[in-house]
Amino acid sequence: MSEFSLQCPLPITQHDTIQLGHGSGGKMMNDLIGKLFLWAFDNPYLNKLDDQAVVEINGVRLAISTDSFVVDPIFFPGGNIGELAVYGTVNDVCMSGGRPLFLAASVILEEGFPLADLRQVVESMAAAARRAGVLIVTGDTKVVNKGKGDKIFINTTGLGVLEHPWQISAGQIQPGDAVLLSGSLGDHGIAILSRREGLAFETPITSDTAPLHELVAAVLQAGGQAVHALRDPTRGGLAATLNEFAATARVGIRVREDRIPVKPAVAGACEILGLDPLYIANEGKLVAVVAAAKAEAVLHALQAHPLGREAALIGEVMAGSPGLVTMQTRLGAWRIVDLLVGEQLPRIC
Amino acid sequence: MKYLDEYRNPEIARHLVQEIRGLTTRPWVIMEVCGGQTHSIIKNGIDQILPKEIELVHGPGCPVCVTPLEQIDKALAIASRPEVIFTSFGDMLRVPGSRQDLFMVKSAGGDVRVVYSPLDAVKIARENPHKQVVFFAVGFETTAPNNAMAVWQAHREGLRNFSILVSHVLVPPAMRALLASPHNRVQGYLAAGHVCTVMGWEEYEPIAAQYRVPIVVTGFEPVDILEGVLLTVRQLERGEARVENQYARVVRREGNRPAQELIRKVFEIAPRKWRGIGEIPASGLRLRPEFRDYDAETIFALGELHVEEPAICISGLVLQGLKKPNECAAFGKQCTPQTPLGATMVSSEGACAAYFAYQRRRVE
Repeated sequence: MSEFSLQCPLPITQHDTIQLGHGSGGKMMNDLIGKLFLWAFDNPYLNKLDDQAVVEINGVRLAISTDSFVVDPIFFPGGNIGELAVYGTVNDVCMSGGRPLFLAASVILEEGFPLADLRQVVESMAAAARRAGVLIVTGDTKVVNKGKGDKIFINTTGLGVLEHPWQISAGQIQPGDAVLLSGSLGDHGIAILSRREGLAFETPITSDTAPLHELVAAVLQAGGQAVHALRDPTRGGLAATLNEFAATARVGIRVREDRIPVKPAVAGACEILGLDPLYIANEGKLVAVVAAAKAEAVLHALQAHPLGREAALIGEVMAGSPGLVTMQTRLGAWRIVDLLVGEQLPRIC
Repeated sequence: MKYLDEYRNPEIARHLVQEIRGLTTRPWVIMEVCGGQTHSIIKNGIDQILPKEIELVHGPGCPVCVTPLEQIDKALAIASRPEVIFTSFGDMLRVPGSRQDLFMVKSAGGDVRVVYSPLDAVKIARENPHKQVVFFAVGFETTAPNNAMAVWQAHREGLRNFSILVSHVLVPPAMRALLASPHNRVQGYLAAGHVCTVMGWEEYEPIAAQYRVPIVVTGFEPVDILEGVLLTVRQLERGEARVENQYARVVRREGNRPAQELIRKVFEIAPRKWRGIGEIPASGLRLRPEFRDYDAETIFALGELHVEEPAICISGLVLQGLKKPNECAAFGKQCTPQTPLGATMVSSEGACAAYFAYQRRRVE
């Protein structure tokens, strides 16, 4: 019998308590996941580090994903926490190439939360589920004492079915693949920030929250097996998605700044606040990594859909420099696109 | 987008680089004073496209970097108090003090809030009369008018629960101190555009004349910076040393007089310690005696704190343009944005953080 030894988790940097940065989608969160959750739960499905797991039961491949929504404010330009909770999980199921079918929803309500607001949120969830073609089939409700929660938290878990036999996962990414982005960056994050902080910009910025099931279907129809990986660049933005892809597939990724669409109003807001649109959260966008031969076809399929009109081929996957994401700047120079340590912080001046 | 796209235009940038190349006959060391400019240079790879004779060195103009460690420790001590709501710009929250940072204080239950303007802190004070609301007043001449306005407003409303923790520094005395140093390498300055928006550039004229250095008031976009370099190199090659204004769309010679007036009403000039550099006479601002009731250091009676900087950290030399971040033995090893030893690594505009984020490995 081989000797059994109990291993300790690796130290999580220098922090003894949870910091906000541990939820930011940057290095601190990666540390927490890698050195605690992965260590503890260790299994081949989780270890793939995709936003969903694909499991097989009696020959049927199912995609399962879960997400919690704690957004503040709960009502923001272009949407609210209810539709976000539906679309966010639907989209994570879609990114495996799966067709989302069912959702479970849990709501945690703070004592004193207005029922009228809850009704509005629930109606939005119902409308979003209809638009995304899913049924909310089970759920849970909890109420916590005033001050022990923040108005409303929603957790949704989604289940979908995979109708194709191949894998779509970060691990499938190959050198030579093309990297495509379905639209402009930063709309959701800046919309939330502007409402939360009471910042008014000349051109109103609205969230891009939307279900991506049709867009993914179009990508799969055009690209088939050439579609290697899909991900919606939510928290941590495009930079986090590309870094996760590069790390998981042990490849380099190179993008071009002049190909990455950013709306002028978002670029302006980022400039004023000292934020980089590459790191800002999106909701209704996807990144597709596709074999080069099918890149044009997938790009056209994206651009043919209303949610992908601004789609662009933004870069390529490289054999060297595993884990490194680089960007050619507009000036023709090169720079690293790294993960942030924690939250992106507005600067002093 | 007006005032943004044209200053990021690659064609214009290429022409400027060609012009600089055509003018340059020998090596020149030019310092960009402001951390925002350093960030833009490294992020856009401007240092990669300039002729090799032009060396850009990074200056002391990052307000987060030059805030002394003891001032951070004072902020942490105040923020930890149960009766306090501590407000700050976002980028001060991750700067490590001797043992912790403001994020850690927040996670331990301290009421630490990010604000976008010191006037938001005044509003918080108005809405929370039973709390002491403190704003961390850090920065150069750029943020001083707003901070002065916050104190002025609180004074006008008779708010007794608002104060600021002042760590204001002034750019021209630091520029002089660097030029006067026996180790100085700086031959020309790109002056910080935002500072000049408030202060104008009259006070730079004696510096240019006394030390024989060209000083070009420069903006923050790639085309701004390249134009600033071009104007500086042109003067250097001709043996000239005067103040020029590249950032004319924003900056006027006399600056913003009402803003200057407000600074003078609320603050007075005082000696200030700069992290990594040491004390520079008449290089900072403190509240005038009639506004001492708004001085958090007086209210919370913190006294003098003694701190020790990590011996291996060379951020002081980096801030003076004497060393580049990657010349530090700890760079990218013991010292990373996750485990910063000095503020130049922890501030997003610090030279070390910019090198680590954008260029820690040479990318071809």
